[in-house]
Amino acid sequence: MSQQRVVVIGGGLAGLASAMKLAELGTSVDLLSLTPVKRSHSVCAQGGINSCNDQTRQLGDSEWKHFDDTVYGGDFLNHQPPVKEMTDWAPKVIDLMDRLGVPFNRTGEGFLDRRRFGGTLYKRTAFAGATTGQQLLYGLDEQVRRRESEGLVKKYEFWDFLGPMLDDSGRCRGAIAQDMVSMEIRAFPADAVVVATGGCGLVYGRSTMSVFCNGGAASRCFQAGAKYGNGEFIQVHPTAIPGSDKLRLMSESARGEGGRVWVPRKPQDPRAAGDIPQNERYYFLEERYPKYGNLVPRDIATREIFDICVNEGLSIDAERMSVYLDLTHIPKAELDRKLGGILEIYEKFQGVDPRVEPMRIFPAVHYSMGGLWADYVKDETTGGLVAGAPQNHMTNIPGLYAIGECDYHYHGANRLGANSLLSCIFTGLFTGSSIVNYAADQSSGHADVPSSLIEGAVGLHQKRHDDLLSGSDSNDENPYLIHQELGDIMTRVATVVRKNDQLTDAMGKVDDLHQRVLRAGLSDTGSWSNQNVIFTKAVQDMFPLAKTLLKGALQRDECRGAHYKPEFEKPSLTSEDPAERRQQAEAWCDEFEKNNSKYLKSTIATWNNDTMQPEITYEDVDTSLLAPRPRLYGLVGGETIEQVWKERTEAKQNAAKQNEPAMA
Amino acid sequence: MIALDPNVKNRPEWINVRVRRQDAPGQEPYWELHKIAYEPELNVITILQRIAAQATTSDGKKVNPVTWDCGCLEEVCGSCTMVINGKVRQSCSALVDTLMKEDPDELVLEPMSKFPVIRDLMVDRKRLFRGLQKVKAWVPVDSYYNMGAGERILMDDQEQNYPLSQCMSCGCCLEACPQYTKVELVREEGESDEAFEERQNKAHDEAFVGANAISQAVLFNNHPTGKSLAGERLDALMGPGGIAACGNAQNCVSVCPKEIPLTTSIAKAGRSTTIHAIKKWFEK
Repeated sequence: MSQQRVVVIGGGLAGLASAMKLAELGTSVDLLSLTPVKRSHSVCAQGGINSCNDQTRQLGDSEWKHFDDTVYGGDFLNHQPPVKEMTDWAPKVIDLMDRLGVPFNRTGEGFLDRRRFGGTLYKRTAFAGATTGQQLLYGLDEQVRRRESEGLVKKYEFWDFLGPMLDDSGRCRGAIAQDMVSMEIRAFPADAVVVATGGCGLVYGRSTMSVFCNGGAASRCFQAGAKYGNGEFIQVHPTAIPGSDKLRLMSESARGEGGRVWVPRKPQDPRAAGDIPQNERYYFLEERYPKYGNLVPRDIATREIFDICVNEGLSIDAERMSVYLDLTHIPKAELDRKLGGILEIYEKFQGVDPRVEPMRIFPAVHYSMGGLWADYVKDETTGGLVAGAPQNHMTNIPGLYAIGECDYHYHGANRLGANSLLSCIFTGLFTGSSIVNYAADQSSGHADVPSSLIEGAVGLHQKRHDDLLSGSDSNDENPYLIHQELGDIMTRVATVVRKNDQLTDAMGKVDDLHQRVLRAGLSDTGSWSNQNVIFTKAVQDMFPLAKTLLKGALQRDECRGAHYKPEFEKPSLTSEDPAERRQQAEAWCDEFEKNNSKYLKSTIATWNNDTMQPEITYEDVDTSLLAPRPRLYGLVGGETIEQVWKERTEAKQNAAKQNEPAMA
Repeated sequence: MIALDPNVKNRPEWINVRVRRQDAPGQEPYWELHKIAYEPELNVITILQRIAAQATTSDGKKVNPVTWDCGCLEEVCGSCTMVINGKVRQSCSALVDTLMKEDPDELVLEPMSKFPVIRDLMVDRKRLFRGLQKVKAWVPVDSYYNMGAGERILMDDQEQNYPLSQCMSCGCCLEACPQYTKVELVREEGESDEAFEERQNKAHDEAFVGANAISQAVLFNNHPTGKSLAGERLDALMGPGGIAACGNAQNCVSVCPKEIPLTTSIAKAGRSTTIHAIKKWFEK
């Protein structure tokens, strides 16, 4: 059999980890990316990467607790076996990155330093200053360069993935892509294709994401028949710096290192932050969440900041919504050592030194928990995954894999900080043997893709390209302005607070915009390095994802993680009388169970090319390892609910035991 | 929210943006003037986004949008390097309010001059990445299997290495370097992709490798496992296009957006190559 050839789309952490692992296993890799891989969006990750470690272990931590925090933080929408495998691998992933030379911060004795992140009480997070994503990416980029110099990896940078190439049986036989300089469209025949193209933040216009994160690759797979899971789950990061071109991330590590979030108690207090005495400051996260304080999970911090500004009118500035993120009580030397990178960003873009003056921040769209649906094979003994099983991370299109941010399993309804770098590297490494095994099982491979298939697929994409360039005069819609309009709508209705009437209204508007963008007129009709046409295609392909997101959000009448509909919020307990409070808690738990039976499901979308609409079904979530329980960070009456839930769970377990046949 | 200088009262209504354009490699460059409505807190990226959306010059002529490269927009990816008002820098962190203090009349955007122009402000920086291959800027680990943690590294060493590791391959140091001169090859009739690439690599390898790659060699020579290739890296730096080409102008360090101590790296590499050369001479 000839040597295997795999196409990897995307050169962020997941794509690079996949490419280097596949190369190590002896596979030839064509690595396609919109940008030189060293510039991929993973560089923007700041805070760190999580694992249970020697220090936390001695305080009672374990891989299981990391798993529990991840699933509880994700409001139980995570698929548990993959999460279990990932948290088991976490310490090994960090060890490997350490060996690759990533300059993690060190303790005085030379061990890896750790900090605490949101949604956990343990210091699990390893970090390299405040540019951990950049440093991890460089570690992998260097290994891929090494494999490139050995000839096993060939990079195609500034190439736009146009779609998977499917044969008559529906199997993926390679990829079609376009050189963004020469505009040549060609096929990359392969034994398997790995999509590792990150999130779709650009659907919102401005977000914390890089300009490459337009969701185009995932959308093109979706339009080719791949299923898309949990599209409506979009993380809005609590702390970003508003800007006219981008909302720049201000890492959770700022709070992990002791940063405090507050607003003046007096609305729009005109005094400078430093002149406002302690007792006139409202540290609302610390007051409302005494246990986790400023490190509550992101969805909660985001909603509280939003609530303080929008509903309570306590924004620092009436015009521009913002709250303080304050580091000024921490010594400068320590700030520079641990947070230098992000403080420089703030200083450069805002012209204010955050070591001296508190930063002004506001939430921004940050991460896609949802993504391409992909399969996995559970290992019944460990509860994790079966290593090397070809189905792991394969989409419903045979031979097409999805890993990293553009898969959908790991982060449920809300991702915990410092878990994304982990899921990206883990999925890249772990799937190597699965892909190789899949390719080995096939009777035909990259070398015998029929030329008719190649010509047909290239022809279709060439036609789309040519039609756009030669569009008739009536095609006069400006793709840049349509992108802005789409972003404005999505940001207004599908971020922190979601309401059904607004979602319905937005769906109509997005339908109209979709029709309009198909009549885009290009200002550049040339055939050399034409960014205009590449952008137009990307904007057109945002619509299937935007529609999926809106429809998924509309149909999900509940609150779960990042998806928050006030209309369906479960109330806090109000009664002070113990008996009545108990009753309320019972009712609360009844409601919780009823809601779970209806909505504890992954939203699965398929694209209908005829109606140009997504069709949505629901899939059970694998919760076989950890029974769902109410997510109660800071809820009034949480202790009583927890007690009632505990008793119910025990009763169920006892009942189950009694029903078991007696062992002989 | 960007600290606007409160002393500057009369903000202009328009910003004049002069762009040096070039339609393709080998074509004549030309200048074009665009007018963008002033808003507070603009950066050069937003200006270019506005130019793309309106695609019309100041005198009302319909033109193609200006082509340029950008990525993260927060100065960690290294994509958006260009020459702005005569100085090489990242266009994302080039704030218009600050630039207008330098030159209130107009904003001048040019592509870097040390790399071949692909189109307009977009250049081909393949040579920069080739330099990283040349100095073997990686840790040669045995495998990507789980073999336990790496060696312990003292805080001091980490604090020396981390700044070097922040190099985002933006190319500012190369643009500013008098010894780094443009290498631009033209594809010959009938030359295959592979043959052209090979010819390019050869030309790149012979030309000066530049401050960023020298600094990366120093970084990996200071890593417990990376060190095992120290000799090969120093050999690369002693050959053609190596450290001897450095003219010690020290421009590199002054333009680095990440303030990487490039001249310190060059000095270290210089000492190491001297010692390495003497050792090799003795071992002959």
